[in-house]
Amino acid sequence: MNYPIIKIQDLKREFRMGNETVRALKGISFEVQQGEFVTIMGTSGSGKSTLLNVLGCLDQPTDGTFEIDQVSVKERSKNDLAAIRNQKIGFIFQSYNLLPRTTALENVELPLMYNGEVSQKERRARAVKALEMVGLSDRLHHTPSQLSGGQQQRVAIARALVNEPVVILADEATGNLDTRTSYEVMSLFQDLNDQGKTIIFVTHEPDIAAFSKRTITLKDGHIVGDNPVPKIANARKMLAMLPVEAD
Amino acid sequence: MKAINLIKIAWKALLRNKTRAFLTMLGIIIGVASVIAMLAIGEGSKSSIKTQISSMGSNMIFVQPGSDNRGGVRQDRSSSQTLTLEDLDILREKSTLLSDISPQVNGNGQAIYAANNWPTSIYGVSPEYLVIRKLEIADGVMFTEKDVQRAAKVAVIGQTIVENVFPDTDPIGKTIRLDKMPLRVVGVLEEKGENSFGQDQDDLILSPYTTVQKRILAITHLQSITASALSEEVSEDAVEEMTQILRDSHELSANEEDDFNVRSQQELLSTMSSTSDMLTVLLVAIASISLLVGGIGIMNIMYVSVTERTREIGLRMAVGGRGLDILVQFLIESILISFTGGVIGVALGLGSTFFVSDYMKWPTLVTPESIILSFAVCVVTGVFFGWYPARKAAKLDPIVALRFE
Ligand SMILES: Nc1ncnc2c1ncn2[C@@H]1O[C@H](COP(=O)(O)OP(=O)(O)O)[C@@H](O)[C@H]1O
Ligand SMILES: [Mg+2]
Repeated sequence: MNYPIIKIQDLKREFRMGNETVRALKGISFEVQQGEFVTIMGTSGSGKSTLLNVLGCLDQPTDGTFEIDQVSVKERSKNDLAAIRNQKIGFIFQSYNLLPRTTALENVELPLMYNGEVSQKERRARAVKALEMVGLSDRLHHTPSQLSGGQQQRVAIARALVNEPVVILADEATGNLDTRTSYEVMSLFQDLNDQGKTIIFVTHEPDIAAFSKRTITLKDGHIVGDNPVPKIANARKMLAMLPVEAD
Repeated sequence: MKAINLIKIAWKALLRNKTRAFLTMLGIIIGVASVIAMLAIGEGSKSSIKTQISSMGSNMIFVQPGSDNRGGVRQDRSSSQTLTLEDLDILREKSTLLSDISPQVNGNGQAIYAANNWPTSIYGVSPEYLVIRKLEIADGVMFTEKDVQRAAKVAVIGQTIVENVFPDTDPIGKTIRLDKMPLRVVGVLEEKGENSFGQDQDDLILSPYTTVQKRILAITHLQSITASALSEEVSEDAVEEMTQILRDSHELSANEEDDFNVRSQQELLSTMSSTSDMLTVLLVAIASISLLVGGIGIMNIMYVSVTERTREIGLRMAVGGRGLDILVQFLIESILISFTGGVIGVALGLGSTFFVSDYMKWPTLVTPESIILSFAVCVVTGVFFGWYPARKAAKLDPIVALRFE
């Protein structure tokens, strides 16, 4: 049952800087179906983050239409947007953004704290399950400073999974990680995608894009390419091929 | 969004920085503690003045001579002779609201017995004086109405006289001399201690007023009249009644001023307690300033905290926190700080009040109102000073906040 999770039409985003207007997105249209794994590629400044912020309902487009999970996100109040972020979107950042001096479990519970319908018991159970999914069931009570970069990013991924979003958005999620850890994280994304999760992944590195199923390339706020990945790389196999002393 | 979740979030956020939370609290702790201690000291001195004044006598009313301007020349009050025995008799006869009444004439002199002597005062009064002033006889008897009629040379003496003039003799039946006047001691008064002005209330000799008038001062007028009203409630009415009786007796016309002065114990009490009320207000004002400074401390730290935690705020918004949730979280944080500070402050305030009364022997009185008041003030402080930083946090744009370095 394929249906569009994301549907954008002629999307524009302009920033007014004094009397100058920066046009970061100049009319973008595409659809992402349930179960897809899409990479958004492009050089620095091409508008990737701006696009992802709009998709994540952190920002609102200047013009164009945008539907998420077949619901229009247009002229919604700030509170509505917060509720959409809480229930439909899992966001992953380059710099993890975990709360310091807070355990992995509590970090993962955070989105559910803002959902009044989830009881304390259920919240705990779901956070434990999400951490199990990212392979950190033995690190529940570690704080970020007691975890490696890769582990921290996996906690962040668990946090993005915990509210069972319709789409996971990741902005340069491997940008701060070395090659081996990047591959570990990508194999995790591939596993999640195999389980049916829809993923939109921003990167400027072609070898990372090769793990996804489809690549959308941006340049100066325009889409200049939207192609299926011809030969999808398997992150777990690549990981096995890495020389041990590589990191 | 459940309120309980927000309280949990705020509480966890505070626990992440315990030292800072405590240091922020310190201002509130000191503020609340000093407000409570100051109020306790102020209220304590007020209530001790009250008990002291009421221990001076029961519903007392004092009549003193005023200036006599019938001659057109204002006289000094002490030399004024407008109160007479006639006034006393008329008051006794006509007043309906008095239980006891006694005239008073005072003199000074050197009390002498054997080789001991002591400068003291002699009060010429009637036997009712004992009841009016709540004095008790410790030993012997009070002089009688008969002694008054005969102007008998008898005396009832206070404990200070006993200590200084009769250090190792039983004074009853002995003859003490006040300067040259010999007086037979018939009774000794119970000890009364110092009054709130630091005066020794045991340093006195009581004698019939007739004796003091004729044999010591050689005067016929009275220096004052002291009376007891039937009850506290009627004491103001009694003052009015006495004033009217005296005006009639002195044949004063409507446009003439009183040539005497009637005041009640209640009046004295309210004058005294208004002075100590002012003291309390002053103390509390100073203490409130430290509470205010504590509140500004909260605001300062919350501002720093909002800036420092900008990315945290951005993240909370990204995972679904609404502006209101963020506002309430920071508000709860500052209320928790001030509330916890308030609890510790109340404990510290009670502790230091205890110390002040126990070791420094100051009278103190902790009223529940003072605790409720300072507690309420401190929670309001939390809301008031937490509001602006919290609103600043709530108004952040999630993307800007997430990018914040
Ligand atoms: N808040 C903003 N205000 C002004 N210009 C912005 C803002 N955010 C992004 N831009 C501009 O929009 C363009 C795209 O930025 P961005 O989406 O961050 O690029 P990328 O993530 O692909 O590196 C850049 O030219 C950037 O300067
Ligand atoms: Mg970017």
